Amino acid sequence: MRSWEEVVNMLAAEISHIAKSFADKVAVDNLSFSVAQGEMFGLIGPNGAGKTTTIRMMMDILKPDSGEVTILGEKLNEATKNRLGYLPEERGLYKKLKVLESIVYLASLKGVDRHSATEKANELLTQTGMLASKNKKIEELSRGMGQIIQFIVTIIHDPQLLILDEPFAGLDPVNTELLKGMLADLRNQGKAVILSTHQMNQVEELCDRILMINNGQDVLYGDLREIKARYRGNSVILDFKGELGEIPGVTGKRIHKGYTELMLDGKTTPQQVLSHLISRGTVINRFEVATPSLNEIFLKEVGKKS
Amino acid sequence: MNKTLLIFRHEFLHMIKRKAFIIMTLIVPVLALIGIGVFQLISTGEPPVVETSTIGYVDEAGGFDQYTTQGYVELVHFDTPSDATAALLNGDVSEYFVIPSDYLSTGVINRYTLERQLETPPAIANVIKNFLTSNMLADKVPPETVYRIEAPLGLVTTRLTETGEVATEQGGYGNVIIPAIFGLLLALSLMLSSTYLVQGLGEEKENRLIEVLLSSVSTRQLLTGKVLGLGAAGLVQVVVWLASLPLLLNLASSTFGGFFSTIQLPANFLVLGIVYFILGYLLFAALSAGVGAISPSAREGQQLAGIYTLLVFVPLWFASLLFVFPDSPVWVVLTIFPITAPIAVMLRLGVTGIAAWELAVSLAVMVLSIVLVMFLAIKIFRIYLLMYGKRPSWGEIIQNLRSG
Repeated sequence: MRSWEEVVNMLAAEISHIAKSFADKVAVDNLSFSVAQGEMFGLIGPNGAGKTTTIRMMMDILKPDSGEVTILGEKLNEATKNRLGYLPEERGLYKKLKVLESIVYLASLKGVDRHSATEKANELLTQTGMLASKNKKIEELSRGMGQIIQFIVTIIHDPQLLILDEPFAGLDPVNTELLKGMLADLRNQGKAVILSTHQMNQVEELCDRILMINNGQDVLYGDLREIKARYRGNSVILDFKGELGEIPGVTGKRIHKGYTELMLDGKTTPQQVLSHLISRGTVINRFEVATPSLNEIFLKEVGKKS
Repeated sequence: MNKTLLIFRHEFLHMIKRKAFIIMTLIVPVLALIGIGVFQLISTGEPPVVETSTIGYVDEAGGFDQYTTQGYVELVHFDTPSDATAALLNGDVSEYFVIPSDYLSTGVINRYTLERQLETPPAIANVIKNFLTSNMLADKVPPETVYRIEAPLGLVTTRLTETGEVATEQGGYGNVIIPAIFGLLLALSLMLSSTYLVQGLGEEKENRLIEVLLSSVSTRQLLTGKVLGLGAAGLVQVVVWLASLPLLLNLASSTFGGFFSTIQLPANFLVLGIVYFILGYLLFAALSAGVGAISPSAREGQQLAGIYTLLVFVPLWFASLLFVFPDSPVWVVLTIFPITAPIAVMLRLGVTGIAAWELAVSLAVMVLSIVLVMFLAIKIFRIYLLMYGKRPSWGEIIQNLRSG
């Protein structure tokens, strides 16, 4: 038995030095990362970067050529599988089976008894506004609806760790928001969530930490805010009324639609610029330290390496 | 509940709810009932009128002028072949033959017809033969002897047991008919269920549900559950068939009498029927699991499955040969080769019975094959699980089996 403290401090997933090659190429090259409990973790990278292969190794669907995967403190086994929720990249369910039956069957394979599975399924179907479809066959549902059902299947057994491969692909904005809300709730309940996506900006608002990969290799790994701070440029974004004139420490101006970007010299801080503007009585609508998007950071990092 | 059991339950219920399965299970008793009904309708109607036909002949040898009525055939004498030809072209006779003057020394009879035929119809040949025999023997032996020479053998065989009593199981076609039908049904049923398993696995691979399943259960649990689920469904089917059998047989023999009253179930048939049915199901399910493992799509899987589902019919192709050469070593091979064993055993049970050692070897080989195929299927399943789009070559599979 683990002590309570050990359980709390246990990592939801720990991946150390895994590698996988296929006949013609190296898919994953010496990746290491860990995901803590109650954390939303982004696994990001362009298409073909090795995200899905990494996930499949975590799920024991593929065997890594080398390296180790630890899920909830142990090697993946039947008991840990029951505490794991997995939404694969390409999705499908038994076409001829009814919605409720599909959910209950797949939940039973996660060790949930039929009675509680039915109860929980009804609850989740209500929450997602799909209760009316519970006796429809899967093939009668739209793609987006099918995806919501599959998400329900992923979380119905109250897993401690969720691994979602491109969960937002193919969802309309309403369902995307619905899913994001449910994911935030799960994180707040202390579940660990791994989000894998090539849409890097999707994870900016959700994730605490990220691993950015390209060609199977680690590009960036760590706290998202820290990473963004590291890549923060030496400029501020300003939307104002009236004349700007000369500002000490500003070496250049770039006019964009709706705002102006001010380039600072190495010694001046954004705070000094702001207080100068305020002291001059300039009307400011928006003042922001310019932060690059994850996309921009990715392009910069990949550009540096090549 | 154990996860293997959950998959077993799901696959079993899924299978027995399928339309094709229900139709296959029910069609056998239903068709038999309809068959009995139709036969009864026909047999209670007017007896069929057999048309008499007329055959011409030219007697150049001389002395062939009696017995010109042979059953439904009337023989008409012509003086010359050209007269006979004219009558044939005219449609007065359906054909004619010429008895040459040297017939007694050569035995040659020339037959002329307008029909294109593979060979002389046996009925006609028999008519001509009897006509010749009767005329040659006429006035030399009594007429009863003439008839006896024409049909010298009314063979009645009785099988005795080792104690010299009349055996309950007399053999003959009455004995083979049920096993033969059963064998055919078993072959069809195996084909149906293999197709279903390959298709099911193919679909799960195509829609990637397999990844969700394997994030919950192991490959071994998944495949074992599927194979056993299918086996159980097969068992339900065979029980329905066998249960309806005594009823149908009773009905048939009371309706038809005659041949149908000679129909018997060979000894051990019920037990061996069920055992081979189940083993056959398990073997084919395991094979299908392996094929499902290496084929990237449901369609390609079906094509591969076609190979061994075709093999299952081999004993049926050779069935008529079995009736003529029941002791051929080919039958021993077919009995022991696991894919053909279930059907071969069914057929042989009806014809001659099978030596105990052959049955023992056959059963042992089957059980071993099931275990081995299952083991291999589980082993390669993981390797090819995620190979969507391309089927591996046989060389690659063998290599992977060695290294995996």
